[in-house]
Amino acid sequence: MSEEPSKLLLAESRLSSTLADRLTGYWRKAAESPTQKYLVGLLVVLVATLPLYSNNYVIEVGSNILFYIVLCLGLNITIGYCGLFNLGNAAFFAFGAYTTGILCTMGVNFWLTIPVAILVSILVACIIGIPCLNLRNDYLAIVTLGFGEITRLLARNLTITGGPSGLVGIPRPSLFGYKLRTVTDFYFAFLILVIIGVVVSYRIHDSKFGRALECIREDEDAAEAMGIETLKHKLLSFILGSIFAGVGGCFFAVKMASVSPESFMFTQSTNVLMAIVLGGLGKIPGVLIGATLLVLFPEIFRGIGSWRMLSFGVVLVLLMVFRPQGLWPDKYK
Amino acid sequence: MALLEVKDLTMRFGGVTAVNQLSFAVESDSITSLIGPNGAGKTSAFNCLTGFYRPSAGDILFKGRSLMGIAPHLITKRGIARTFQNVRLFKKMTVLENVMSGMHCRVASGVLGAILRPPGQRRDERKIRDTAMDCLAFMGIQDKRDRVAKNLPYGIQRRVELARALASQPQLLLLDEPAAGLNHDEKNQLIDLIDQIRRAYGITVFLIEHNMELVMRISEKIVVLDYGKKIAEGNPEEIKTNPAVIEAYLGKEED
Repeated sequence: MSEEPSKLLLAESRLSSTLADRLTGYWRKAAESPTQKYLVGLLVVLVATLPLYSNNYVIEVGSNILFYIVLCLGLNITIGYCGLFNLGNAAFFAFGAYTTGILCTMGVNFWLTIPVAILVSILVACIIGIPCLNLRNDYLAIVTLGFGEITRLLARNLTITGGPSGLVGIPRPSLFGYKLRTVTDFYFAFLILVIIGVVVSYRIHDSKFGRALECIREDEDAAEAMGIETLKHKLLSFILGSIFAGVGGCFFAVKMASVSPESFMFTQSTNVLMAIVLGGLGKIPGVLIGATLLVLFPEIFRGIGSWRMLSFGVVLVLLMVFRPQGLWPDKYK
Repeated sequence: MALLEVKDLTMRFGGVTAVNQLSFAVESDSITSLIGPNGAGKTSAFNCLTGFYRPSAGDILFKGRSLMGIAPHLITKRGIARTFQNVRLFKKMTVLENVMSGMHCRVASGVLGAILRPPGQRRDERKIRDTAMDCLAFMGIQDKRDRVAKNLPYGIQRRVELARALASQPQLLLLDEPAAGLNHDEKNQLIDLIDQIRRAYGITVFLIEHNMELVMRISEKIVVLDYGKKIAEGNPEEIKTNPAVIEAYLGKEED
């Protein structure tokens, strides 16, 4: 691998990113004013009332976006804050979905399956994390990728998970007698999950724990020298990512009323990763934007047929060349 | 009882013995220097003290307790802080965040505290911020607190690293070549600073340094290493005239 072309590319992207930063600088200044609060407030109102003014297709897409945001927020804690290259996020999602799927078809109340799924998520994160988190990042990526695939193959081959066709006929949950059935019901369910996820992510970010994760990402040895127990914190960031994905999986299972191994392919993990890198690793508004674009882009460009995935790929490559830090501007100078 | 006692410390990497039966003591409230030609084993000794290397043999006693086999983050918690030869700040974080990381081991809040925000956690966060601001003020860089670390000039980065080490409230401060890359004025400021640190915080300072002028001016005791072995120990006057030291640095006179 020659040094020169990558240096040129880096210089170019630095130049273009300062250009992009100057353009977004105006927006950033506006963001520090009350205008931002009004804009954000307006956005929140629009999102909260979406089902009132849209058709089922739009609500479904919105629901999908919110679901991806939950997965992305979880992975953001592992990769964005702590810098751990987890390529097997789909596995955590699978464990949550199948836990709910299996327990609900056995007659357990959906809401009781959520704590069980959380415990399963923690257990699974520990099983893969404890032996592997001391590996160098590249190797961690390979190991987690393998774990994702192992999980999918397990799901495909075990009878308890329903084999290749998965679990079907998962009963819909009821909340105080109201049965969650329509697209709108699940839209609001995921919206609540997103709100919880965003609050938790911000709280983690603005705390000693969150700063410790970022220190580990920046320089693990220096972090250790500052009194941060690195293995424990890496494991916790892994567990948090797992819990987000697991709980997302629970709701996914009852929304689709079925769970199949095909939902947990490797592309699922890379899609989530792509979304947070696109939006801006570690920045919560970036995660929201990235997830939105990830779902919206293929939908909006359905009209151009088979060209849409190709153009998506081209857009991604261009973005990574000219703005590798993601779409959302950096807060600091 | 000395604050730090090193007894027959030995560090072997395969066939290379980087530190060879090193023994010395650092008294409380003192400023001690570790010097020696390049490759003498000084940074290896430091890494043994801070737990990054597991020594092959020997013992290290800090405040009377052994540090052998203790993880680095626990050694920091016991009261030893260090700076690095090549400044190792957390590059993408701000100056304030860098210094706040020093307080990590002094405060008990964890992940649940972060998410649930009980009053204790909020108090802890304020304490972290206040201590960090004090350390920044002591180093004279509080106006840089929101700057991102990697964008700062080298001299300021060194100050941030010192502030970060101070924030962990140590009793022993290990400085790895603190004068490297500093100009003449900055070196003088460093000498004053080390003295101030000792007086204001009561911290014992143990430093590795190549700059002889700084070492002679600031040290009360000097330990000299060559090829991993201690070849001399004493005050600056004794070391300056010690023939073994002169030979190690300049070589023997040819006949």
